[in-house]
Amino acid sequence: MHRRGVGAGAIAKKKLAEAKYKERGTVLAEDQIVQMSKQIDTFKSHLEEFASKHKQEIRKNSQFRVQFQEMCATIGVDPLASGKGFWSEMLGVGDFYYELGVQIIEVCLALKHRNGGLITLDELHQRVLKGRGKYAQDVSQDDLVRAIKKLKAMGNGFGMIPVGGSYLVQSVPAELNMDHTVVLQLAEKKGYVTVSEIKDNLKWERERSCHVLDHLLKEGLAWLDAQAAGEPQYWLPALFSELSSRDITPEEANQMTP
Amino acid sequence: MDRFAWTNGLLEMNETLVIQQRGVKLYDGDDKAKLDVGAALLTTHRLIWRDLKNHECCIAVSLSQIIYFEEQAAGIGKSAKIVIHLYPVPSNKEPGPYQHSKFSYIKLSFKEHGQIEFFRRLTEEMTQKRWEKTVPQTVSTATGSQTGKTRAVGIVGIERKIEQKRKETDKNISEAFEDLSQLMVKAKEMVELSRSIANKIKDKQGDITEDETIRFKSYLLSMGIANPVTRETHGSGTHYHMQLANQLGDMLLAPLEGERGGMMALTEVYCLVNRARGMELLSPEDLVNACKMFESMKLPLRLRVFDSGVMVVQLQSHSEEEMIASALDNVTDKGSLTSEEFAKLLGLSVLLSKERLLLAEKMGHLCRDDSVEGLRFYPNLF
Repeated sequence: MHRRGVGAGAIAKKKLAEAKYKERGTVLAEDQIVQMSKQIDTFKSHLEEFASKHKQEIRKNSQFRVQFQEMCATIGVDPLASGKGFWSEMLGVGDFYYELGVQIIEVCLALKHRNGGLITLDELHQRVLKGRGKYAQDVSQDDLVRAIKKLKAMGNGFGMIPVGGSYLVQSVPAELNMDHTVVLQLAEKKGYVTVSEIKDNLKWERERSCHVLDHLLKEGLAWLDAQAAGEPQYWLPALFSELSSRDITPEEANQMTP
Repeated sequence: MDRFAWTNGLLEMNETLVIQQRGVKLYDGDDKAKLDVGAALLTTHRLIWRDLKNHECCIAVSLSQIIYFEEQAAGIGKSAKIVIHLYPVPSNKEPGPYQHSKFSYIKLSFKEHGQIEFFRRLTEEMTQKRWEKTVPQTVSTATGSQTGKTRAVGIVGIERKIEQKRKETDKNISEAFEDLSQLMVKAKEMVELSRSIANKIKDKQGDITEDETIRFKSYLLSMGIANPVTRETHGSGTHYHMQLANQLGDMLLAPLEGERGGMMALTEVYCLVNRARGMELLSPEDLVNACKMFESMKLPLRLRVFDSGVMVVQLQSHSEEEMIASALDNVTDKGSLTSEEFAKLLGLSVLLSKERLLLAEKMGHLCRDDSVEGLRFYPNLF
């Protein structure tokens, strides 16, 4: 007498599917998840071992941090994605960068009224160091750049503009296209730029030059000195403060300008 | 310290300033130099030090005088330092703060940090040796042969020590890097496995339960692997994010209902939450993912993205019409308002007050006057 148990058909179907897959050499996803769960545990213990030997190295050695980050990027892993990630929990990299993120936001916010939300990486670096105090761990500019990249996830317009060998850090959602960026780069040497300089160096018409400068003024990124000798000068407070913090004597400043 | 010479601090032709760092104290060998804290300036040609209070007190040494330099890590109560070993005093050296020193090295002590960047730049400059490109060739070879004899004596011992130290450091670092490489190989296997699983989920090969999906997502989170699979039920969230969402709900309700006016920029929330935590901080992505779960977790908060890309957390009860109506009232009352003025009026951040005005404009209640003096909003009479 046949005894057809409930679900016998379903079980048979599954067995058939499994057999088919095994034939083709493919593994089922759920089996792989089990495999992954085992590998996760193994990996975790490897990471713990690594951490016990080298955690200090990561904390103290910024070169090592750079290498570490680059290796992670190569294999497709983001050690800073989550505070709950292994890397963060066991190596402590997370807290270091997330706290840096807080400090960066605070510095940018404090200076926004003056520079419109644009600051040189150098100045940001100096101010963050000051804010961290004497007994805190030192941070490199690479550390800042990585922290800023993470901040972008919060959609507040954090970005970096390459200027004169370094970067300008933008912390407001002001729209800056290629034209604006190029003018900022032109202004980097002296901290200001004029319409004539733009026309001479970039070969733009007057209207295009003025349009770009007006936008920078509106966004609070540039200040107009209408009383300058010759023609009006458009000063970028972001670059201006960097020059003055260099403590240059007037003679030096004269020597540096063409 | 007897290698330094007085200088007026002006840069030479072709000499450029590379980096400057305040809060630097000089050491003659292991002893503190008879100088106050000042600023160290690195140029393409020289290392300059200037007293912060008395700018007249300015000394320099050429980079060509540097044999070797290394970092000295900070300790308890001790700032990080860069130790710089120098060649013997050249016979034609200009007068400086020290006539004589028993040490052949100096230290820069970084009381206000900045040594990582300074060290990096110094390494760059010492590698590029840009000062050589601007000095005529004949001059450098002449001094080379003169100092050649004096170099041999005394330097040998220093160089031996340096080589020893370098081997030691290299060994430590290379061991760390080796271990790191091995770790990365294992991590890479995990990444490949997870990609295979993700593809299968997409192609629906096999029978994955909801539980297994959640587990898989938490594995991805632990490893820091981007999640390529998004399911309707839980979005990109995991249990961790659900927990966070609840915590945020508890933490943000009071300030939102109170002084924040119903809305906070996500960056403000990030700072608030992490400052309160002190340890085990949230990553920016953690915060965003947790906020995305507000609705499905039936919490009275919402994540909202404005056209400009600004992200805020706002009360669910937050009424759009009320906000726009109050914006219109305020603008009408004052005749016109800029974001800064509006911000002052409401006690909000300039960023958020600008968003409100923009929204009211979008709805047709306000119109703008965009000039170089700023963006000003008026009641829309059209």
